[in-house]
Amino acid sequence: MTARHIGRPITRNEDPRLLTGRALFVDDVERPGLLHAAFLRSPHAHATILSVDTEAAKARPGVLAVITAEDLGDYWKPGPLLVPPPPIPGMTFRQRCQVPLARDVVRHVGEPVAMVIAESRYIAEDALGDIVAEYAPLPVVGDLEAALAPASPRVHADLADNIAAEVVQRKGDYAAARARAAHIVRRRFRYDRGASIPMETRGIVADWDAKADRLTVWDTTQAPVGIRNGLAAMLGLSERQVRVIAPFIGGGFGPKMMMFYPEEVLVPWIAMRLERPVKWIEDRLEHFFATTHERGQIHEAEIALDATGKILGVRDDFLMDTGAYNPYGLTVPLNSQCTLLNCYDVPAYESRFRAIYTNRTLVTPYRGAGRQHGVFVMERLLDAAARELGLDRVEIRRLNLIPPDAFPYRNEIIYQDFAPLTYDSGNYEPILDKALEAIGYGGFAEEKAKARAEGRCLGLGIVCYVEGTGIGPYEGARVRVQASGKVTLATGIGTQGQGHFTALAQVVAEQLGVDVRDVEVTTGDTDQFDWGVGTFASRGAVVAGSASHEAAKVVRSKILKAAAVHFECAEADLVLEDGKVAIAGVPEKHIALGALAQLANPLRGAVKPGTEPGLEATSYFGPEMGATAAGAHAMVIELDPQTMRPTILRYVVVHDCGTVLNPLILAGQIQGGVAQGIGNAFFEQLAWSEEGQLMNASLADYLLPTALDVPRMELHHTVTPSPLNPLGTKGAGEGGAIPVGALFAQAIEDALDLPAKGIEIAEIPLSPSRLWEIVHGGD
Amino acid sequence: MKRVLVTLSVNGAQHAREVEPRLLLSDFLRRDLGLTGTHVGCEHGVCGACTIRLDGAAVRSCLIFAVQADGHAVATVEGLAPGRGQLSVLQQAFQDTHGLQCGYCTPGILMTVSAFLEENADPTEEQVRHALSGNLCRCTGYQHIVDAVLLAAKRLREAA
Repeated sequence: MTARHIGRPITRNEDPRLLTGRALFVDDVERPGLLHAAFLRSPHAHATILSVDTEAAKARPGVLAVITAEDLGDYWKPGPLLVPPPPIPGMTFRQRCQVPLARDVVRHVGEPVAMVIAESRYIAEDALGDIVAEYAPLPVVGDLEAALAPASPRVHADLADNIAAEVVQRKGDYAAARARAAHIVRRRFRYDRGASIPMETRGIVADWDAKADRLTVWDTTQAPVGIRNGLAAMLGLSERQVRVIAPFIGGGFGPKMMMFYPEEVLVPWIAMRLERPVKWIEDRLEHFFATTHERGQIHEAEIALDATGKILGVRDDFLMDTGAYNPYGLTVPLNSQCTLLNCYDVPAYESRFRAIYTNRTLVTPYRGAGRQHGVFVMERLLDAAARELGLDRVEIRRLNLIPPDAFPYRNEIIYQDFAPLTYDSGNYEPILDKALEAIGYGGFAEEKAKARAEGRCLGLGIVCYVEGTGIGPYEGARVRVQASGKVTLATGIGTQGQGHFTALAQVVAEQLGVDVRDVEVTTGDTDQFDWGVGTFASRGAVVAGSASHEAAKVVRSKILKAAAVHFECAEADLVLEDGKVAIAGVPEKHIALGALAQLANPLRGAVKPGTEPGLEATSYFGPEMGATAAGAHAMVIELDPQTMRPTILRYVVVHDCGTVLNPLILAGQIQGGVAQGIGNAFFEQLAWSEEGQLMNASLADYLLPTALDVPRMELHHTVTPSPLNPLGTKGAGEGGAIPVGALFAQAIEDALDLPAKGIEIAEIPLSPSRLWEIVHGGD
Repeated sequence: MKRVLVTLSVNGAQHAREVEPRLLLSDFLRRDLGLTGTHVGCEHGVCGACTIRLDGAAVRSCLIFAVQADGHAVATVEGLAPGRGQLSVLQQAFQDTHGLQCGYCTPGILMTVSAFLEENADPTEEQVRHALSGNLCRCTGYQHIVDAVLLAAKRLREAA
């Protein structure tokens, strides 16, 4: 069967609602009698709470409740731990989860201390000003290395030190590899914190209907089913009694996968207590402190090579800032640890990380989720090694690429899905070649020299990456043909702009021979489908897409069976297309799918034993492991040595994510990922003071790339289908963001010929002023 | 708090409401009038998500009070399409080029661009990028938005 819908650049089903202002976002939910919550947050990074006086706030007209930790009684408890640590021998993991409201100690600026419920958000915020909270500041843990000193203050006084976790993983025998190496290149790298900054902040609305005995929650979550299950458990309700809706979500990027945020614990609880609907919408200032961050690692890494430049082994030891609590376990550092090996054949590897508690906002995955750190380290080591060996930077990469006949290739390091990572499939050299050709690598030396003669500094970067995507455990989907002939698809994942309403519709339309516009997709409503894990780790299209495919296949077989009975013919004689079933060669003998659906759901007579009514099926898909995507980015920049401002002249992405479901949506995912990567590499840095205050907590100070900063990109694809799922697809959500830091570092070095001056770029993010410091000294 | 009468037109319809003087225009549109297509992204005038048109000019509804709109004409994203179930040329261009992902910044971008294209019917890509530079989008990387604006401009010129 040739693909009719899969692989076509179909425009999106969801767009008309979004373009006309008719799409429902959480803040658009209105209920009769709606109350509004606001949170008093710690102004200190680390302090003992001496007292919280809420009397004046409670007395303010329009205030219904002011809640502190004491008021929560038994409901107050830390956690839950969202991702427990994987079973790695010898590891240390010290769990300290966030609490709904701080009780004795606050451990980061923005940690919630009290919640006000009032008739309007304006009144609720007035009342925050009425609360008198007294604190005794404690010494602050900020710097990762200082946090390890025996005399360092401790984030959690009951722990002996600030180490949240320590993990060592090994592949092969690094010591032996090192002993026979001709070259050893050792470097120190720093990759600092950033924030995901979705345009929609977090928010939640909870409505307890006492008569129906049910709680309805609208939440900006990437994991509505998990929130439903968790809320039912916390609130002592059955799962049936809780409906969680993740409607249109204004960007997720990872931090909306974190659960449970304190506000998600508290707003439903108070809505039940007051028997009134309650809304809380995070403001942008709160978002900077209260929504999780990512990144913040320091690596000491070395690479051992033979005389030809072949990698014999890599050793890495890194520190990872996990923030004040660690409910997301070890996902980010494990991703860094695994992905460091990148697309190269590395026979020996030894890696230790220590996750460090600091008095800063929690760290959880954000697009790329630690993979960019690993890729940065490996790509930078290769650049340094190439110089030491006198090799071209491309040739050292080419020499070490995993060859196409080596798949499935065992990376061996335990990944975020708790299993040793294996690259299922790939063919990396054509990716590199395509990138070189598209960026004009062969003629660049001449181009650079010519520009230099005109006083312009051009630099080229080319880097490679892999991305483990589409991990388990599973997702599910239910497909049904309605009497109207339209098809519904329900799945448990949430959606934050990835085009699921269209890509999943294409998968179903492919099987059922209907128009993509006639497939109505529901995501993120637990009343529609309540099994599932969530949208993260570039897994929506892979895992929910495969479940949709499986369910649609079953419905297809039901359609053919029912039509064969109807026409008294063999199934093999039937053609399913254009929303109807026809007998091959006899097009006038046909029945519309809607009519067939009605026949399959009779009001009288009997449904045959062993069959089910309707044309419906539910299927689940759980991949045994994730599918590994890969790619290369290349760019040419012009760097102004006076202002240190780079201008991107050309940007090329070559990406292999297996079977492409919708190239239009894929292009959007890649371009958006690159834009975030550019922000991460050159614009965005959370600036902390010694006291643990975030100094740039506004969009005027924390700079996101604008339309003037993100270049037009040239996209190319290679296709190595994954054998791990029926669609052959791999995730594409994060790849765009992963290699950009390494790319900027290399291109900037090239533009200013820094290595010839003994200067290397060993850190991200950069900025004009930081670049000036690196090049000219001082800080 | 003392309430003040505000009379204004929104998308051609007249409204009169008594509001607190401190009520932001963005909250007035969203809460009092139920026009939730206007989104709030930062509440400090940087992101542009809340952009509406006030007497034709693209302005940030989070930076002005509802009382300041008294006697003025406001246009929001809900008023762009020629009719229910239809899209304007600009909206259609955004769908055709995949100029939106999560769609949260989109209403503000549409309002910014609708004003821009009235001033400049035949913009260069550079001019489009400058016009968009006050609106933040975290999903798209802007390329498809730029494409959408250029396509809409072309179609509008052809239809003129």
